[in-house]
Amino acid sequence: MRNRLLIIIGLIATLWTATAEAAVLPDERTDLLYHRYEGDNITIEGPSVLIRKNVGKSVSVSANYYVDMITSASIDVVTTASPYEEERKQGSIGVDYLRGGTMMSFGLTRSTESDFEAETWSLAVSQNLFGDLTTVTIAYSLGDDVVGMSTDETFARDVARQAYGIGISQIFTKNLIMGFNFEAITDEGFLRNPYRSVRYLNDDGTTYSYQSERYPNTRTSSAASISGRYYLPYRAAINGQVRGFSDTWGITSMTYELGYTHPWRDFTFSTRVRYYTQDQADFYSDLFPRFDFQNFLARDKELSTFTSTTFRAAVAWDIGTDGFGPFSKARLTAFWDHILFDYENFSDLRVEGVLPGEEPNFTFEADVIQLLFSVWY
Amino acid sequence: MHRKTTQRIARVALALCLVTASAACSNIEPWVKPYERDRLADPIMFLDHDPVSTSYMYHVFESREGARGAEGVVGGGCGCN
Repeated sequence: MRNRLLIIIGLIATLWTATAEAAVLPDERTDLLYHRYEGDNITIEGPSVLIRKNVGKSVSVSANYYVDMITSASIDVVTTASPYEEERKQGSIGVDYLRGGTMMSFGLTRSTESDFEAETWSLAVSQNLFGDLTTVTIAYSLGDDVVGMSTDETFARDVARQAYGIGISQIFTKNLIMGFNFEAITDEGFLRNPYRSVRYLNDDGTTYSYQSERYPNTRTSSAASISGRYYLPYRAAINGQVRGFSDTWGITSMTYELGYTHPWRDFTFSTRVRYYTQDQADFYSDLFPRFDFQNFLARDKELSTFTSTTFRAAVAWDIGTDGFGPFSKARLTAFWDHILFDYENFSDLRVEGVLPGEEPNFTFEADVIQLLFSVWY
Repeated sequence: MHRKTTQRIARVALALCLVTASAACSNIEPWVKPYERDRLADPIMFLDHDPVSTSYMYHVFESREGARGAEGVVGGGCGCN
């Protein structure tokens, strides 16, 4: 908390004392994305369309439509529920207003699925400073979710969410740009998944039963990251990021990323390795000793101790750098990410014939494919 | 250990804020001139070249990991069970 306060004081000092410089609106472009995730017997695919256009010289408007079509027979639903199909649709609009060196951004995002609705309002102010070497951004967002249940039409629980973010983008040398970000998020309301259960050991010591999860009604988290991108002596770039995270549920994590980008003729090749490591929430257990063992109970694998490692390969093809039909340029990009999830204390309950708690830990691999077509105008 | 690292990263961000603020008071000249930024203007140096793809990947990770924030804005909903 003390750190957050000091950072905010530092930022306010920065904005009050510095000289404003010119900034520019984002590129006018349209992106058509097809995305597909496949792993743990879950397939999620769909389109995402993002259109951005200037209105006059000071305003940029954007709209995004995103769909997830989900087919799931994951370990969670196989062991405690039934396979299902679901569709999630999300729409967003945004407005950016540029005045001198200040950019003000406003956004609204709404998403709906059969048992979940979400609405988020966001506001951000960016200021360019010191001959455009520094950009400082302060952001705030307010979200309201409604959690439902497909098995109970009368079930509806609210979640309120607020996020406070600050960020600095800094040019250090002719070859190096770095970013610093801090974000605090608070949640209040129904924060668990209504379908999930914990398991506890029966009195006989050789079998187990299930009861509903019980989560705290509040959660506050802090995350801070440092990222950088460096231009190599030949025309190529390396980039990296480190992020630390902790929350009031006892979850702590670190994320490390390292990437390389190499252009060749009309193509740009890039690769990336991302490593994520997490320690469990205080109230998580793979197997509780008995029914109602403690106030809060969770066996959600996202709250367990685990690592995930992601390998990326991507290639972009600049189709028309001197014009593409009515557009100034066009680009086709393919991304492939392969993710390995390795859980340390989440058992694979599909394995039978062993005593509770002696099942092997769960692991799975996932592939994420994206095909992106972009035009600029 | 992770908590200490998070605090360390937050302190570095704070230090940068204060250095930036004090630099403004001394009316510092930009040390990288506009005409020296051709490499930084190369698309391979963009921090976020494809925002629609970046926010999708944030969503993929945030749905399956406990951590959130300090990377970008992610929409509501989950689709992760």
